[in-house]
This record gives sequence, C-alpha cells and structure tokens, in this order.
Amino acid sequence: MMELLNYENLRLIWWLFIGVLLIGFAVMDGFDLGVAAMLPFVARTDNERRVAINSIGPTWEGNQVWFILGGGAVFAAFPLLYATAFSGFYFAMFLVLVALIVRPVGFDFRHKIDDSRWRAAWDTCLFIGGVVPAVVFGVAIGNLFLGVPFTFDEDMRLFYTGGFWALLNPFALLVGVVSLSMLVMQGATFLSLKTEGDVARRAGQVMTIACAVFVVTFIIAGIWVSYGMDGYVITSEVNPLAPSNPLAKTVSTESGAWLANYTANPLLFVFPVIALAGALGARVLVKAQAHVLAFISSSLTVAGTIATAGASLFPFFMPSSQNLDASLTLWDASSSHTTLMIMFFATLIFLPLIIIYTSWIYRVMRGKVTEDYVKSNSGSLY
Amino acid sequence: MDLDPVLLSRMQFGLTALYHFIFVPLTLGLSILLAMMESVYVMTGKEIWKEMTQFWGKLFGINFAMGVATGITMEFQFGTNWAYYSHYVGDIFGVPLAIEGLMAFFLESSFVGLFFFGWNRLSKLQHLSVTWLVAIGSNLSALWILIANGWMQNPVGAEFNFETMRMEVTDITQVIFNPVAQAKFVHTVAAGYVTGAVFVLAISCWYLLKGRHTAFAKRSFAIAASFGLASSLSVVVLGDESGYVATEHQKMKIAAIEAMWDTEEAPASFTLVGWPDVENRTTHYGIHIPAVLGLIGTRSISQQLPGINELVQHAEQRIRSGLVAYRVLQDLRKNPDDLAQKEIFLNHRQDLGYALLLKVFMDDPLQATDADIKRAAENTIPNVPFLFWSFRIMVGLGFFFILLFGSAFLLSATQRFTRYPWFLRIGLLALPLPWVAAELGWCVAELGRQPWVIEGVLPTNLAASALSGGTVLGSLLGFVVFYSTLAVVDAWLMVKYARLGPGEHHPQTGQSSAQAQESAS
Repeated sequence: MMELLNYENLRLIWWLFIGVLLIGFAVMDGFDLGVAAMLPFVARTDNERRVAINSIGPTWEGNQVWFILGGGAVFAAFPLLYATAFSGFYFAMFLVLVALIVRPVGFDFRHKIDDSRWRAAWDTCLFIGGVVPAVVFGVAIGNLFLGVPFTFDEDMRLFYTGGFWALLNPFALLVGVVSLSMLVMQGATFLSLKTEGDVARRAGQVMTIACAVFVVTFIIAGIWVSYGMDGYVITSEVNPLAPSNPLAKTVSTESGAWLANYTANPLLFVFPVIALAGALGARVLVKAQAHVLAFISSSLTVAGTIATAGASLFPFFMPSSQNLDASLTLWDASSSHTTLMIMFFATLIFLPLIIIYTSWIYRVMRGKVTEDYVKSNSGSLY
Repeated sequence: MDLDPVLLSRMQFGLTALYHFIFVPLTLGLSILLAMMESVYVMTGKEIWKEMTQFWGKLFGINFAMGVATGITMEFQFGTNWAYYSHYVGDIFGVPLAIEGLMAFFLESSFVGLFFFGWNRLSKLQHLSVTWLVAIGSNLSALWILIANGWMQNPVGAEFNFETMRMEVTDITQVIFNPVAQAKFVHTVAAGYVTGAVFVLAISCWYLLKGRHTAFAKRSFAIAASFGLASSLSVVVLGDESGYVATEHQKMKIAAIEAMWDTEEAPASFTLVGWPDVENRTTHYGIHIPAVLGLIGTRSISQQLPGINELVQHAEQRIRSGLVAYRVLQDLRKNPDDLAQKEIFLNHRQDLGYALLLKVFMDDPLQATDADIKRAAENTIPNVPFLFWSFRIMVGLGFFFILLFGSAFLLSATQRFTRYPWFLRIGLLALPLPWVAAELGWCVAELGRQPWVIEGVLPTNLAASALSGGTVLGSLLGFVVFYSTLAVVDAWLMVKYARLGPGEHHPQTGQSSAQAQESAS
C-alpha cells in the first residue's frame, strides 16, 4: 500500500488534488462570485438585491475557504509555484485581494444601515468583488499557456521580469472572459434555483447570455491554444523521483505542443466535450425548470473547463518564457516526499468531513429565498 | 531616494499583521463567550440569554467579517512579498497553514453562516452545537497558525537539503509539538479571551452607567467578569516566556526584553524598570527584583540565562562555522556525490543560516573579513529599548486586567454592579487596553526575532521577493488607504450597533424593534 505512495505517485496525486481544490473553488465560490457579478442586472430594487444576496448569504463564507485552502495547499505541496505565481502576478494578486476583502465586508455591512447611498456603495463593492477575481483568475490561467517571464539564480532566488500590463494580452483577456462567463453562468443557475419571480426570470436571461458567451469564447480559446501559439515540451529525460530542482531539465517550445497530450490520449477530449455539453445542458434544464439538474450540469462545465486546461498544460504548471528550462512542472516544483505524504493523509481525513458538513448546511438552508422572507426577517438576514 | 523593497515589505507585512490582529483576538474570545451564553440559554431556557447571544453575535459578525477578510492578505503575502521565504521553508511552513484551512478555517467559516441564519431552522441543541463549532474552529485556527509561527521562532523537525536549496521536513511531530508553538498558543488564545471579556465588560459598564438594558447588562457583566478573571490569570501565568529558553535566539529575545547585557549568576534578577543604553551596552537606573527573571525564564533557580554580550559571541562562532558549510555548499551543488565534502557540510549545516547573515553586507559571504563577521554578529541584537518597554507595558496591562476582572467578579458575586460608578467608568475606559497589550505582545515576539525571519535559518533580508521598491511602495500605500477606510467604517458600525443595544436589531437608525415591527405590519 505504502509502495503506491511513492514520490512519483504523490506528485501526481497532488497535481490532481490541486485540480480538485480549484474545481471545488470554482464550483462553490464560483456561484457566489457569479451572483455578485450580475447583482446590478438581476436585481433592481433593494428587496430584490437582498433576495439575491441572501440566496448566498449563509454559505458564501464557507465557500470562499475553497480558495484559501487552495492557496494553502499550493504553498504546502508546490512551494515554488506558490512563490512564483504570487510574487510574479504581484499587482494582479493585489487586485484580487482588494476584491476578496470588500466582498465579505460588503455582505456583512450592506444591510446594517438602511440608507440607499450606503447600500448602493456596497452593491458596487460586491459587483467589483465578483467580477475582478473571476476575470483575474482567467487572465492568470491564460498567461500560463503563453509562458511567464521568470528565472532562478543558483540559490533558487526568483526573478520575475514582466510587468502588470503585459498580463493583459489578448489571449489572456479572452480566457478572462471564458472564466467570467463560466462563473456568471454558475451564479445564474444557482440564482434560478434559489429564487423565484423577477429575480429568477432575469437570472434565466443572464444565464442564456453567459452560456452563449462561454461556448463561443471557450471554442475560440481552444482553437487559439491548438493552432495559434507554441506549447512547451520537456526535452530532457524526466526522473519523477528526483529532488525538486526546476533548473535540472531542458525545455523547448513547439507549435501545437499544448495539444500533444490530447493526440497521445484522445480520451482526454471528454473534458472539453463535458464543458460544452454541460453548458448547453444547463441552459436547457434551466428553461425546463429542472433547477437542481441545471446546477449540476453547470458545475460539470466548470469541472470540464478546468480539466481541459489542466490536461493540456500537464505536466507544466507555469512555463517560463524567459528561461524555458526554469519552467515549473509537477515533477520539479513540489515539496519533499514526506510533506506530500503528510498533506495527503491530512486531506484524506478532512476533505470528506468538509463535504459532509457542507452538505448538511445546504440541506438546513434549502428552499427558495423570497421577497416576503427577506422582508419579514430584515433584522436577522443580510 | 532609494526605496528598500525589504524594508517596505516588512512594513507592509507588519502593518497588515497588526491590522489583522485587531480582529483575531476578539473573534477568539467572543466566540467562546457566545457559546457560553447560548449554553446557559439552552440549559435554563431563559430568553434573555438568547437575546444576549444574538446581540453580542451581531457585534461578533461585524468583527468576524473583517478578521476573515484581512486574514486572506496574510496568506497571500508570503508568496507576493516573501517569495524566497516561501521557497526556502514552504516544505514545512505550508503544512500547518494548509491544515489550518482543512481542519479549522473551513469549520468556523461554514458554520458561522448557520450561526446567523439558522436560528429558526435548527433545534436549540443543534444551534448550540453550531455555535460551539464556530468557537472551536476559531481556536483551532489559532493553534495551526501559531504552530506555523512557533516554527519561525524555533525551527525544529527540519533540515536543509542542498539538492533542493531549501529546508525540508524531517519530523512533523516535532513541528506540531514544538514547545514554543504550544506556549504561544496557550498565551495567545488566553489573550484573546481577555480581549473578548473586556469588550463585553466595557460595553456592559456603559449600559449600566446609562441605566439602559440593566438586566441584560448585569448578566453580560457577570459572565465577562468570571471568564475574564480566569483568562487574565492564565494569560499572565502561562506567559510566553516559557518558550524563550528553547533556542539561542529565543534567549537573545529574553535578554533583550530584560536589557540584560551581561550574563548573571542564576537565578537572574528581574529588572522592573530602567533605561537601556544601547550605545554603552548597559542599563541605567535599573530597579531589580532578585531571582524573578531566572524563575520566569527557566522555571528553575539553577539554570543560567545568558546575557546579550555572551550571545553575540556565540553568534560569531556560529557565523564562522556557517561559513564552512556555505563554502562546501557551493561545491556540493556542482558535485553532489562528493562524500568528503558532504560530511563536512553535514557537520556545519546547522550554522548555514548564520553565514547568510553576511549577505546583508556582501553578495559573497566567503569574502567576509573578521570585521564583517563581528558586525554581522552584532546585528543579531534586536531593538533592545523597544522590546524592553513593550514587554513592560504588556505585562503591566496583564496585571491590570487581573485587578479589573477580580474587582468586577467581586461586584457581580455580591450583586453590587452599580454601587461604584467610578468602577464602571474604569471598565468602559479599559476597552482599548487588551488590544494595546495584544499588539505589543505580537511586536515583542516578532521584532525580538529579528534579524531572522526563521530563527538561525534564514535572515529576513534574504527572504523577500525580488521586487522593486516602487512596486512595494505602491501596494503599501494601497493597503494604507484601503485599510484605513475599512477601519473607519468598521469602528463606526461597531459603535452604532453597540449604542443601539440589545433587542433593537432592526437596521433602521433610531427605531426600536417595536416600532420596526409596527411599520412592517
């Protein structure tokens, strides 16, 4: 049994775990971000806004831990990736941070004062808090495909030579739109499930638009990755049991290399198919008032989209455009064998517990959030 | 002007940590108090205890949102501003942070929603369990964060691996059961309980002074008094110092706190007050209490506590030993299989960090002269006057809290809440003091650690990301503006809701709940 948990397998497992956490974040906190991002469009009056906000009110706080846990897990399992991504994307991270701070504060402070300017100001904050992270995460993923300019010196000190504005290139912005439309779709599906009347109707309309934008941009991005840019390939032999040292390998770029995993293993095409089918399915199911199924379908889209990107990048996390050999892969950016093992068992124990109590909480808070409900509970709700 | 990105990153981390730590202690203390109040409600069935839970819960909610939000900044900053740190110690340091998320943060954040929204959907016992889970989650969260922080002060259970150029875990149980971490945990959560208790006591005093919500305020006063008395006794008795003998630099920290320049015969005396003179390495006008320091620091009368001068000499020796490891490391990186070199390296590995201290002055530590080595050793002395005074203010406040809660406890036990209005005024004015003590305590622990970010392993200067000074200045200014705005809004809301008082949950200003119900119907 412990044989199976050798360094190579644990690195693979942790690559999968990071993917699972990312999907967990995009599915769970994704709908919170999505609801916040469409707040101005689906809810016009204060009561409608409170309906929308209270639909995610009891659970957004737990949901955002998926993100914090994702950050912590990358820190523990792939410290070099954590160091490079966070310090490289310095101002982008700062933007996300501001957005992630005004969001909790906005949820909690908005309802505390009954004044239209006060509430409008927090509505703006919530809107920003939804849109900015959704776009920035997409932009960051987009830049991974293009490669990011960084290198290491002999002490493994990291030097990043790109600026903030270089991150906002056309391809990365396109992925930003993929990400935003995907999370808005997730949010709209959730809102259709949790609300009724005008809010639910408008959420259905937003869902249609988001779904269309997602499908189109996802396909364009796919074609762009396949034919419009060079992918990265490791050209030296990989020893998956070696101590982590990204400078020990050689890397080159080749056109179409991001498709290499798919051509080698056509089964992987199931991911993009799930992403697209899930989106169209969610659209149909929302129209058919099958809201729970629609939400599951939309969640599959989220999972399929992230898996599509992961399968293409594998084994790369963060290719370096400046010093190709310094690119970070799951084989040479990981923690030690011991740490991956400790974290594996910690995850094995706690992740199921988290899923169990989260499900219980959703069960307790099940049911529609209506205008009457928020009106009669104005003191105890958001 | 040349902007130093390391200094700016330190300022940013320090400011955001101190800011985060405004909210954390109150979350720790208030969550337990809420759980206790609700326990009384469930046991006695008296509605007033539910009202208390809900009212203090409202203030808890405002604070909790800020605590969570500002905590995200802390997790980000290790990566954004301390990239080399993240690489160098992520293998160990990341583990408690990730487990904190898995075990604690998920728990408190998931259930805090039910605490607020679940009153009508859960049975009494279920809701009580939810409240306790929030409190337990918050406290477990502190445990794992302090295990991470304790490792920075006393990096046990890890070794440097020259193949990966970083520290790696060798024994995780040592990291978890690190005595420094355990001492810190107990001390910090007890300080949080004191903060929660002072918060409830002060606002209750204010209601009693104003003659509002008297029945409510008396009960809150009583529960805060007894909880606060127990906590303030714990926080002083279970002080942090028990961990200070664990390592060389922890010893430096206690010597600096005491401004003890020369080693004294055991048991060392405690300098009650005095005037530390850094230039001449002496402390003027000291008032000493025999034997007390030795007792606090070593829990014995025979173990000797070294003075600053002696510790600087140790540091010098370790720098020289570390330079051997550093020289061999360069060869080993090129030729990892050289067994002779490897053995030399392993013999000096534990001092490698000391050689890195020289990197503050020069790129290549191997070029260091004797004068450079002396200078680097002198640099291991933290800011003595600051530590000396911060520590004394903190401890003084600790004793004040015992006095405050002791008196409050007597008053509540004898039902003489309003007999002495001057006491209620003192109780109200004490409101900011636990924060002063907590923030100073944090400063003592972290500034006392300088020049190290990981004691004996990695100097702070080396740990920073290779960012430009302008970049860090930009984000620092952004934080200052953003955080100041939030602080104003948060404080304003807190005061507003505290003034509104219990039973008036309706957000409309100046309207009582009765009026609100009328207008709603």
